[in-house]
Amino acid sequence: MIRFQNVSKTFKRARVLDGIDLDIGLGERIALIGSNGAGKTTLIRCLLGEYVHDGEVRIEGRDPRRNRTEVLGRIGFVPQLPPPLKMPVGRLIDFSAALCGTDPAHINAIAGCLGLDVAPIADRQFVRLSGGMKQKILIAIALGREAKVLVMDEPAANLDPEARKIFFELLADRQDQATMLISSHRLDEVSALVNRVVELDMGKVVLDDQVADDVSLSSVLACRVTVKRAEPALTKALTHWTFRDLGGGIEWEGEIPGPDRLRFVGMLSRYVALVDHVSLTER
Amino acid sequence: MNQLWLTAKLDIAETLRARWFHIYTLVFGGVVALLFVFGLTESRVLGFIGLSRLLVTYIQLTMAILPIFVLITTVRSVAGDREAGVFEYLLSLPVSLAAWFWGKIVGRYIVIFAPVFLAMVAAVVIAVFMGVEVPWDMFGYYTALLAAMSACFLGLGMLISALTRSTDMAQGAAFLLWLTLLLFLDLILLGLMIQGKVAPEVAVGIALANPLQVFRTAALALFDPQLIVLGPSAYLILDTFGVMGYKIFALVYPCVLGLLSAAAGYQVFRRGDLP
Repeated sequence: MIRFQNVSKTFKRARVLDGIDLDIGLGERIALIGSNGAGKTTLIRCLLGEYVHDGEVRIEGRDPRRNRTEVLGRIGFVPQLPPPLKMPVGRLIDFSAALCGTDPAHINAIAGCLGLDVAPIADRQFVRLSGGMKQKILIAIALGREAKVLVMDEPAANLDPEARKIFFELLADRQDQATMLISSHRLDEVSALVNRVVELDMGKVVLDDQVADDVSLSSVLACRVTVKRAEPALTKALTHWTFRDLGGGIEWEGEIPGPDRLRFVGMLSRYVALVDHVSLTER
Repeated sequence: MNQLWLTAKLDIAETLRARWFHIYTLVFGGVVALLFVFGLTESRVLGFIGLSRLLVTYIQLTMAILPIFVLITTVRSVAGDREAGVFEYLLSLPVSLAAWFWGKIVGRYIVIFAPVFLAMVAAVVIAVFMGVEVPWDMFGYYTALLAAMSACFLGLGMLISALTRSTDMAQGAAFLLWLTLLLFLDLILLGLMIQGKVAPEVAVGIALANPLQVFRTAALALFDPQLIVLGPSAYLILDTFGVMGYKIFALVYPCVLGLLSAAAGYQVFRRGDLP
């Protein structure tokens, strides 16, 4: 599906990618991890045909630089930093839909699933939206077409728990028909989404490993938390995860998307001295 | 073609919202309005009166304003978009690089030419309403001259945008180009070159390679066909081209220069890193 063959990229004298060789098959969900400056974004830009480089990048046998329209028509991309586009949201969606040959209504519907009603913000400048709203629009544009490859740079970083859950479900719907490349500098952010981890460091692949694929993208965990006393910071955190207070801030109940369990436990670990009881049950 | 038109439409829509475009439109609309308010149609210069007088003044002012306005706004928006990360996202969409680059040029050409042209049309409409005779030949030629000037400086602006990697660098280069062109408008400088043993043909050749000088001379030629105000240079120009030949040269040369610059800019854009 995707092949990187001896791909190198040098900016002035700095070698940012150094002989990358990777083969990625259909249905693989790759976590591309590494510290800042490891080369993740550069690798993604080479994949999107945005950088000239040494070596070869092929997607279904095609060069993304020479066959831009055909190749990019099958790639959905969500950047880490939303572009500061001054155009209205509606125009961005119409423009993207026209180029990708899809129906803007389909993109709007996906944004709606993520909890964002496009109609009231259609005339607002994209750059003036909140971080979460921008992320939802970009995800909706990426998923609102028949993409065979999804390239996402920290896609869920700005999403609220409910939107994350739906986002994971949307990815689950696509997992057999699409290849996913999810970039992050923290493995715990994306670990549950992927079945393969590729780590970059100083422009080289330093780890390429398959991971257990037991966590379903669409699974949901029923969760119950009991704390020793009500604490405002923990109350705020649990409320953010859309938990319900069953009485005096002591007893809490909610649902955790399966792929988010590690993040949730990580959050809860900050208040471990307060926690009296936790139960997580897969539904 | 569809991708090119989509990109052009997007650029037009974005420009219509931009503050620089509102100022640009206001400047040219304001120039025409002020020329009417100050009763320029009633004054007489070199036998010119009425709308001809107004158009002569308008084109002189336009030649001073339009090139630097087009250069700076073009390089600012293209290099600015690249610097801000807009290219990373928009060029991840399935649009060919040719459609993107030329679509931007088409869209931008429409928005920079429209206000200048519409201001002239407004002048004609007001003149007709006031019962002033309209010199259609002059109107037609000036329109073509402005179209050529817009194409020329847009092409140069796109070349600078493709060559530079930052807004600051792009603005600096655009300003330097404009200053260089202004420098070679200077007849004194050309006189000094001739004094310094540079052949007159070379000095006049340099002047004629300068699109600003080409427009200036073409505008002068309309009310001074023998180019008396240019002095001896006029002999060389008129001997080489003739009056009609020069009028045609003044339209074709800037368009070719603009197109070649844009084509060179496209080659640089196509072969380099996009974001």
